[in-house]
Amino acid sequence: MSPADQYPRPKGGHDLILNAIGMSMVFGGLVALNGVNLSIERDSVTALIGPNGSGKTTFFNCVTGIYKPTRGDVILYPAANLPSISLKGLPADVITQRGLARTFQNIRLFNNLTVLENVLIGRHCRMEAGLWGALTRNKKTRAEEAAGIEYSFDLLVTYGLDAMANELAKNLPYGDQRRLEIVRALATEPKVLLLDEPAAGLNISETAALRDLITHIREREKVSILLIEHDMSLVMNVSKKIYVFDYGRLIAEGPPEEIQRDPKVIKAYLGED
Amino acid sequence: MTYFLDLFMSGLTRGSIYALIALGYTMVYGIIALINFAHGEIYMIGAFTALLASMVLSAQGMSGWGLLLSVAVIAAIYAGMYGWTVERIAYRPLRGSSRLAPLISAIGMSFFLQNYVQLAQTSNFVLFPDLIPQMPFLKPIAGYLNRTQVIILLFTTLSMVALTLFIKFTKMGMAMRAVAQDMTMARLSGVNIDRVISSTFIIGSVLAALGGVLIGCSMRQIYFYMGFLAGMKAFTAAVLGGIGSIPGAVIGALILGFAESFAAGYISSSYRDVVAFIILIIILIFRPEGIMGQAQTQKV
Repeated sequence: MSPADQYPRPKGGHDLILNAIGMSMVFGGLVALNGVNLSIERDSVTALIGPNGSGKTTFFNCVTGIYKPTRGDVILYPAANLPSISLKGLPADVITQRGLARTFQNIRLFNNLTVLENVLIGRHCRMEAGLWGALTRNKKTRAEEAAGIEYSFDLLVTYGLDAMANELAKNLPYGDQRRLEIVRALATEPKVLLLDEPAAGLNISETAALRDLITHIREREKVSILLIEHDMSLVMNVSKKIYVFDYGRLIAEGPPEEIQRDPKVIKAYLGED
Repeated sequence: MTYFLDLFMSGLTRGSIYALIALGYTMVYGIIALINFAHGEIYMIGAFTALLASMVLSAQGMSGWGLLLSVAVIAAIYAGMYGWTVERIAYRPLRGSSRLAPLISAIGMSFFLQNYVQLAQTSNFVLFPDLIPQMPFLKPIAGYLNRTQVIILLFTTLSMVALTLFIKFTKMGMAMRAVAQDMTMARLSGVNIDRVISSTFIIGSVLAALGGVLIGCSMRQIYFYMGFLAGMKAFTAAVLGGIGSIPGAVIGALILGFAESFAAGYISSSYRDVVAFIILIIILIFRPEGIMGQAQTQKV
């Protein structure tokens, strides 16, 4: 246990980066999430699957601070030698600053900003200058802005979007918009990247490219990934561990081979005969 | 012809001042969809601050350009602080509540500031000193433009160029555009929304205060209720141009300025406001989104 570790790391040899404990979310009388436990191992791809309406996106919203969960806690273990932090009740921008970034099921780019500007907004939380710096244009601010642009452009080069850097985001083809959303999330230097149905609406070759992209991100950027996805071949291919939700409950967890054979999962997807 | 030119120039300067105030309305609306009714009061406070500052500074022996610039800077800083405070105490606690709540709070803030200045200062018209220095080099164009108009055009042009560069190129300006488009997403990208909104209020207030200083120099008298009509006009200008759009606010303000000036010159000065608001009604009937505004597409 590292010094000042307020939230003890779970035993069992797993090096966790994120641990969500007993997450519940109630909307009026509807229990959207019911005491879910989910943990993400460092440098791995974890998948979250389940039928529509099973609470996957609600879980993302609770973890990233869009919703305030009714019960439960999210603990982030930034590194083996750094103390753990609770993300419970923090505003969304602070959670992003602590190292969580996400994308959306229906793409949410800043449509009237250019591709480069979209990525620069992602850099925002890693830069310091405020209104004063912007008004006085001092040396520090200018250096910081130049570094931010360089960092963002490098990301665009790495992910093959540099040719369109000055296009408005809304003019990009659909597949590139998906990619840009991921790049913007990466610009915040996340430790955990949450992808909400990144393959939705992609064709077969684009999905194949996405699979390579996910593997590439995990290796190159050293981020752990939590993935919501309906495309089972993608999920089974990239993920180390899979969690299955149904009606707001966790009904199964384990490696892909086990999940594929799990009768409860088959029942949730296909119904009883 | 010279009469027409006179009216043109007075319309241009009047429109420029409306534009300075309208920018604050439109920026705040663009970001948090709030019509900040207290904005006209910030403009009035800018004018009163300038008056007090000029009295203190000229008693210290300052004059000329130094006096004008320091008065403008003091008024801008003071009004910026007011803008920040108003947002902090009257709007931020209501964020996330229904859209009507901050609107009512804005009206309350407007009344409060008016009455506070009335009590703390005076309910009479106050004379505003002539802060604009003599500029002998303007001799050749003296027939068309007087020194006050030159200063008004210079100040407004400079502040609009500065604002455009700020919005387009700085990190904070970019964050403002992002927040205006999708606040939740901006927050998820790690943008501190509260700081962006505060900055918007400060910048809008600084521009309004400059407008207050310039109107003082031009009209040579100010009073506690001046923010009401000016705020109404600037709001009209912002709606005319398409509320939320920065170039729209400037264009709307200039149209309004010209319309008022020509109406006053060719019809009668009592028809000035009538013409201004008739234009607003016509625009609202035929192009409700305003000149530069984008029509909202309803998603089904």
